[in-house]
Amino acid sequence: MQIFDPTIFPILAADGLTNGAVYALLALALVLVFAVTRVIFIPQGEFVVFGTLTLATLQLGRTPGTLWLVLALLGIAALMEAFSLARNGQARRGLVTVGVAALLGVGTWAVTDWLAPLKAPLWVQVILTLGLVAPLGPLLYRVVYQPLQNATVLVLLIASVALHLVLTGLALVFFGPEGSRTPAFFEGNLTLGQVTLSWQSLLVIVASAALMLGLYLFFERTMPGKALRATAVNRLGARLVGISPSSAGMLTFTLAALIGALGGVLIGPSVAVTYDSGFLIGLKGFVGAIIGGLVSYPLAAAGAILVGLIESFASFSLSAWKEVIVFTLILPVLLWRSLTTRHIPEDEE
Amino acid sequence: MTSNLLEVRDLHTRYGRVEALSGVSLEVPAGHIVSVIGANGAGKTTLMNSVMGILPSTGELIYEGQPLRGIPLETRVARGISLVPERRDLFASMSVADNLTLGAYSRRQQKWRGDLDHVYERFSRLLERRKQLAGTLSGGEQQMLAIGRALMGKPRLLLLDEPSLGLAPLIVRDILRIVKQLQAEGVTVLLVEQNARASLAISDSGYVLETGEVKLSGPARELAQNPELTASYLGG
Repeated sequence: MQIFDPTIFPILAADGLTNGAVYALLALALVLVFAVTRVIFIPQGEFVVFGTLTLATLQLGRTPGTLWLVLALLGIAALMEAFSLARNGQARRGLVTVGVAALLGVGTWAVTDWLAPLKAPLWVQVILTLGLVAPLGPLLYRVVYQPLQNATVLVLLIASVALHLVLTGLALVFFGPEGSRTPAFFEGNLTLGQVTLSWQSLLVIVASAALMLGLYLFFERTMPGKALRATAVNRLGARLVGISPSSAGMLTFTLAALIGALGGVLIGPSVAVTYDSGFLIGLKGFVGAIIGGLVSYPLAAAGAILVGLIESFASFSLSAWKEVIVFTLILPVLLWRSLTTRHIPEDEE
Repeated sequence: MTSNLLEVRDLHTRYGRVEALSGVSLEVPAGHIVSVIGANGAGKTTLMNSVMGILPSTGELIYEGQPLRGIPLETRVARGISLVPERRDLFASMSVADNLTLGAYSRRQQKWRGDLDHVYERFSRLLERRKQLAGTLSGGEQQMLAIGRALMGKPRLLLLDEPSLGLAPLIVRDILRIVKQLQAEGVTVLLVEQNARASLAISDSGYVLETGEVKLSGPARELAQNPELTASYLGG
């Protein structure tokens, strides 16, 4: 087989690892979101798209449409929060919430409007991109999922599909139909004997690994991290120690959006991302997450890296069948899981 | 006359069309242990869940002189009410130490490490097993962990739902002794039990629930000798 050619194999492996690292990040986000909120979060890939394309728009010195989405969601979320506070007889706190949201909105608008045309250094644009995309997570949670907190997994899934379609449409409006690439953070290659790895790929792998380590420490060592795990393990138990499911959901979605945006920034230089790439990218993370049974973080990450590797080798030797091979991978896993897993009725908490 | 930490007035709770509590009223004076006894299905757990805000109810709940209406469960916890539920609801796949640490979640910045040592002093078994997963503990140890977790929140009102359920008599005695100790340390306890004799023995007052209504109430000493109660709950 051609792919085992010593000159080609390392290139394909490096490519697969790079993409696999990003899929692994998405898989972790999907597992986290599902465990804490029971939401199968189809739009996870959209955060990647918004990450890449927001950065690409900033590169052109334009104001990304992401800003308007953030402002609109901020307004809706603030009104919803104020309304529910007022209904509980806390109208004053509701007004304060609207005021704070207005200040935040004006602040975000002012900073973006000032920085966008400046064509600031790449790292400033990256921070601005993360600052614009990450808030989409908690805002979408507040507007879409929090009102559905007690709904069934199926209803939450339907909401996810709808949200995915809305976000894809908005991405088309904001960024246009053409794909964009962002410039590499580092040029040049690193040669280790036979293997040549671009500094960019190395950055993606190292950054992903660092983020995973960060998440591990967050969940193992910090109170908010433990609180998220607790909510995932026993929702009522978590409420009994004072952890509100809403704030756990909000934090989870913040992490998911941040992970997605960072993924988008990382793959921007190596993959041409278009407004509708999110679904396929997210789906590959999802295959990884399914391999982990939507519960195990290490298995999900390993599964996603495997997806990246198989995709890379398949695209070289059987490029027309690339996606087919990747998604067929899920069948044996599902079969195996259906034979070995005890079925848990949905209402059992 | 001590003031009431918790007052329940005319509490109604329904599951769909079935009324599980029909106008329950009771008083929990500060610093007391109050027992609620009754058979299975009398509404004891429903009462606890209604006080905690897990179940929606109508009627009045007054805690520290303030109504609890509209206050979500998490806020009730932050205000010093803690429930040890019948099912314990531990974080089974997390360590004993993590379970206890999370008990202090609602206290935010306040110092809780001292309290962790205090819980370990009280339940030395938990110290030995602090790295073990909560789900692998024995029933008695899980009950100790559930109580320890609740204590980490520094509750002023502790709601204990059937702490003796499924436990060996010796462990039940241990747990009730600890409840008595907690009272001496200033914690007010509302205790739900099927084990009427043992719970009345450590209580100041008691209420007997039957099909969602209070049938009898009074000082624990008197209830323990009430012939009606002796016949139906204290085994003659």
